[in-house]
Formats: sequence, C-alpha cells, structure tokens
Amino acid sequence: MPDLKQTGIEVYNWFEQRLGLGAPVIAAAEHEVPSSTSSWWYVFGSGATVILILQIVTGILLALVYAPSAGNAWSSLEFLDHSIRLGWFIRAIHGWGSDFMVAIVLIHLVQVFTFGAYKFPRELTWIIGVFLLLLTLGMAFTGQVLRFDQDAYWGLGIGASILSRVPIIGGQLVDIMLGGPIIAGPTLSRFFALHVFVIPGILLAMVGLHVWMVLRLGINEWPMPGRIVDKKTYVRNYHALTEETGIPFVPDAAWKDAIFAAAMILAVIACALYFGPFGPTGQPDPTIIQTAPKPDFFFLWLYAVLAYLPPNLETPVLFIAPVLGIGAMLLLPIFAGEGEKHWSRRPVAVLMITVIAVALGVFTRLGTYTPWSPIMNAWTSDAIPPAYLHNRTPLERSGALVLQNKQCRNCHSIGGEGGLRGPALDAVAGHMTEDQIFRQVLQGGGNMPAYGNALNPSETTALVRFLSTLHGDLSPAIDASRRMVQSSDSTSSPLSSPQPATTTGH
Amino acid sequence: MALSDPTPPIQEPLTEPHHAPDKSAGHSRRVFLFKLSLLLNGAVGAILAVPIVGYLLGPALNKKGSSNSWVTLGPLSDFPEGETRLVNYRNPVTTSWDGQTGDIPCWVRRVSGTTFQVFAINCAHLGCPVRWFAQSKLFMCPCHGGAYYQDGSRASGPPERGLFEYDHRIANNNLMIFAGKMPTLANQARVEQPLTQILGADSTARLASVDKTEPRCSSCQT
Repeated sequence: MPDLKQTGIEVYNWFEQRLGLGAPVIAAAEHEVPSSTSSWWYVFGSGATVILILQIVTGILLALVYAPSAGNAWSSLEFLDHSIRLGWFIRAIHGWGSDFMVAIVLIHLVQVFTFGAYKFPRELTWIIGVFLLLLTLGMAFTGQVLRFDQDAYWGLGIGASILSRVPIIGGQLVDIMLGGPIIAGPTLSRFFALHVFVIPGILLAMVGLHVWMVLRLGINEWPMPGRIVDKKTYVRNYHALTEETGIPFVPDAAWKDAIFAAAMILAVIACALYFGPFGPTGQPDPTIIQTAPKPDFFFLWLYAVLAYLPPNLETPVLFIAPVLGIGAMLLLPIFAGEGEKHWSRRPVAVLMITVIAVALGVFTRLGTYTPWSPIMNAWTSDAIPPAYLHNRTPLERSGALVLQNKQCRNCHSIGGEGGLRGPALDAVAGHMTEDQIFRQVLQGGGNMPAYGNALNPSETTALVRFLSTLHGDLSPAIDASRRMVQSSDSTSSPLSSPQPATTTGH
Repeated sequence: MALSDPTPPIQEPLTEPHHAPDKSAGHSRRVFLFKLSLLLNGAVGAILAVPIVGYLLGPALNKKGSSNSWVTLGPLSDFPEGETRLVNYRNPVTTSWDGQTGDIPCWVRRVSGTTFQVFAINCAHLGCPVRWFAQSKLFMCPCHGGAYYQDGSRASGPPERGLFEYDHRIANNNLMIFAGKMPTLANQARVEQPLTQILGADSTARLASVDKTEPRCSSCQT
C-alpha cells in the first residue's frame, strides 16, 4: 500500500509539474469564508451549477439520438421514449432538470437580492447573474422548441408574432428567427444551434466569470442590521471579518452545498421516475388545428399576461416592460451599491420581491387553467344540468338548445361546466333584464362578439327567454323605468314583473 | 519553464545594459509592428465579417414577397357556396426536410359564386390556429380567446385587427391564393391601428384596399 500511495503521489506530481493547476484549485477550495456563510441559504448558487452539469450530461446523451430536422425530430423523440432503452428516463431527467434549474436560479436570485449581495464590490457578479438568468430562460425556451411537437410549433408562432410587432424591423426579425418564410426545417435547425452551441457556450463562460468573481471578492457575508456597506471601508471590514471568523470553505462550509446538490439531483430523479418525460404532444403538423397550445411552466405567467393586456397596450408593454425590467435589474447595483444589506432595513426591497413573486404566482396559476381561453368542445360535451330545464316552457327549452348549438358554452359556464371567458350564466337574469340580455346577445360588447348575424329572430327569442329563467337565488332583474311607465299607464301592481318570461319559469 | 526551453538563446542586447538605447529603439519598432499586425487582423476580421453577417441576415434580405407565389387550393366545386372550409396546401417554399411543417392550412369562405375570402389559420393576435364554428359563425382562437366574425373582422378578445387574408384569384375553375410566408402583423396590411410605419403613400392606399371586407377585386392581383 505505501508503494501504491507513493506511486499515486508521483503521478500527481508528474501532472502537477506540467499543469500547475492542483495548487491553485486546492487553495481556492480551502479559502477562508466568514463562518456565518456556512448556511443552508447559501447553497443555491452551487446547486444551480450542479444542475447545469446534469443538463449538459443528459443533453449530450439525448443528442446521441435526437434528429434535429423538422421532418424527423418528433419521431426521434417518440423513438427515444419508446424504442431506446431508458431513453424516456434521460428525456425525463433533462426535462425536469430544466424546470429545477430555472427554479433554483430564481431562488438564488431572490436570496442574493434579499441578502444585499449585489452591493459593492459584487455589482458585476450580480450583473452577470442577471445575464445568467436570461440565458437560463433562453435555454428553457429553446429546449421547449426542440421538443418539436404542437406546443413547440405554435409556441414558435407566438414568438414570431411577438417579434413581428417590433416597429420597422419586425418583419426582418421574424425572417431571421424562422430562417425562412414559415416555421419549418431551418427554424428547428437554428434553435438547435442556439440550444446546443450558442447559449450553452455563453452560459458556461459566464458561469466561469461568476464563480471566479465569487472566489476573488469573497462570498457575501451574512448581513447584519446596521452594518452599512461603504466603498471606503467595506473591503477592510470584510477581510477583518474573514480573519476573525474564517473557516475553510472545503470542507467546513461546502458539506451543506454537497448535501443540497445530492438532494436536488435525487428530487430530479424522483420527478423523472414518477412523472416521466414531457410530451412530446401531438405532431408538429399545422394542419392539425384541434390543439390548445400552451407554453411550459415557467412561461405560463407570460402567456397569462398576453391574454389580459388590452389590445392597444399590448405591443408597447411587450417591448417597453422587458427593457425597463431587465434595465432595472442591471442598474440596481450601480445605484444601490452601498448602504444597508439586511432585509429588515430594506422594506422596499422586501415589498418588491413579495409583489413580484405574488404577481408571477397568480399569473402562473391563471396560466395553468387559462380562464381566458374558450373551451372549444364545451358546446358538444358539457350538457345543461337537467334542473335548469325543469318547469320550462317549450320555447325556453328550445332556447337551451340554441345556447348549446351556438357555442355559447365555449365561453360561458352553466352549472360549473363550460368556458370561463365570459361570465357564468347560472344567474344571468338576476342582474340583467330581458331587454339587456337581448341587446347583449345581438350586439355583443364588453369582449363578447355580436350574435345578430348568427341567430334568426326566433332563435334569439328562445335563447333570451331561456336565459331569463336563470336567476339563481336572486329575484329577476327588473327595469325600474319601464315599471314606472307601465304603472303610469295602468294602475296594476308595481311588484309584478312586466316580463312574462321571468315569471313563468318559477 | 525549464522544460519548454532547453537552450535559451542568449541575446546580447537583452543582457547588457549598455545596449539599452538599441533595445528601446528595437522596442518602438516592435510596438509599431505589433500595432500594424493588429490593424491587419482588424482588416481581415472586417473582411470576414461581411460574409458572416450576410449569411446570418440572409433570410431577412430576401426581396419582399419573393417567397410568395400562386398556390392552387382546388376546383371551385370543392367549396360549397355559403360555407367556410379548412383547406391544406403545400407551402411553395419548402426544404426536403420540412416534413409536416410544410403543409399549411387556411380557411376558405365561398360567399357566393366567384366571391371568396381566404383567411390565414394564424390568429392576428399571436399566431395560434383559429377554428371555425359554423353554427355561431365565429372563428375562435384557443390561445387567448380572440374571436372573429365570418368575414374575418375582429369580434372580440385581444386581437387588434381582423384575420389575415390571402390574395386569391380563380384560374381554370380553380381557386388560387398568393401564399408562401407566415402572415404576421409585420407583413400584412394593418389599417385599423398601424403600429409599424408603412412606407409611402401609395402602399398605404394599397393596404387600405386590401383590408376591405369585400372580396378582392381583380385589380388587387396585379
């Protein structure tokens, strides 16, 4: 054994004499960090790096089989899922690894922001970190495109439509993005090049810079209320703190990073085993239009925002908001490079994080069930609850048929079934009079199409009569002015409704 | 260090201080040569950049409309009057590895006789595939809920204009459309709310004529 050990040392020395990398790497690993940074809050940066390596390895494995051509990509994914031993598992790990990577990069960003780590002298580390976030999102989007299915195809269409709104050069940008006049072979090839060469190359180089600066400037110390960052004194104080409380990063602090990395990889494996790979959904065949395209999880919030923006605000918001948002993130350390680091002394920062997180969370939640989308088959699949047909006249029942046949259910729910685009109709007559319903159906408005051309007079009458029976627990809406007119005409009881339809129903 | 250079050349000027003026004279010459080499490489880089940039921008440098050509959708008898039907065509510009992505659908509405409207499948909002519902005479988009009337005009939802329309003509009893490029807000007429600049007055007039809801006149095809 001593001989073996001796041989080992000699081999190491042989390489070390020529490479000279061992000594600086060991020095970097063992460099002293303030003991307060040996915390479970400080594991996300290394976690993101570990998952990046996982993505590179699994990405290369997938590239062994994947065919980056528009005509074959989808079949090669099906081949990976079903015909290659464990191909589905590698795809699942790469897909789940992508979600985990975006999540951990976001958590890392929130942590370093909350801990004031972007302040002097780590401004550039933060700025490069912002680019790393954008590159990670770029990997997520291009990766979704390489999963060349219906969602990918129409997702590219959405991307091209957004680019086409750029003033003046929009058309040229679309051409460059698609590589041709339509979404086709050259489009997939260029997204393959982006996903496999361009973005990973820049990403790795920037991760290198990011880690280099963390080593060079030292890890951000645990912030304390009242410990103000001042450019004149910070470096001296930091060195004093490190000398006073310093512990070697490896092993005294790094064990937490290592355990977190292992737990995270296990979680990715668990998700991959339990949930399996993402798609592919239907073939990327634009002639199959029975599809409701949807982006991957981390772009759902954007999908929701695009649905809710008013049409005339959409283009300005699409291009001004990202510039402002990314610009603010990049300039943050330049304008807030000094001062308090502790979150208890930075209420605006905490408020901002909270508001942004809640907003993204709400939009993402909305994106999971897309209340703004018509449900294309609700009119044929969701029946009207029988209770809503009891004690109705034949005319009212034929109105229920009109409601069904004219696709009203695609946007309006009844009995909890149907689209959420428009309001539920269960109690529509409780807040709209018959006249108002007539007007709304025929002329539309308030985000509803006009049905005047799609309904003949008898259909309209039947439909409105049926809707007038739907007032739930409310009393039917009545038109106060009409009642006054009628009561002045005759001395009939003002309490009785002038509309027979609302009274015959119940 | 020692490994890389077993016989280090001894250069007299470098080791003997009384030759310093020569060294500095040589230094300025070498600095000049280094700057010259930088300049040369800059020039070579610029020469190389031209084809690289040209290659990258290639798709955007095609003449406007050069990817469009007349495509036959089928005999008029395929399109019953008063109906709107989904028709697929093979894009005129394809590569052999496009696969199914080269097949493009469109909605053909035969108003009456030889009066047609041909709508793009792509929603004018963000390009998702719109679906026709004959009963309510609406096109609906599954993505963000855009809706259009039977003549393609905007009904509701986030789109800021009506459906994109293809130019069409009838030749030898066949319906043909002028297609080839994915319709987006950048390459289609926008009369309602132009958000990008439209060059020239005559193109504005042309676009205005294109966006009429009546079917195309024969002059539109020239």
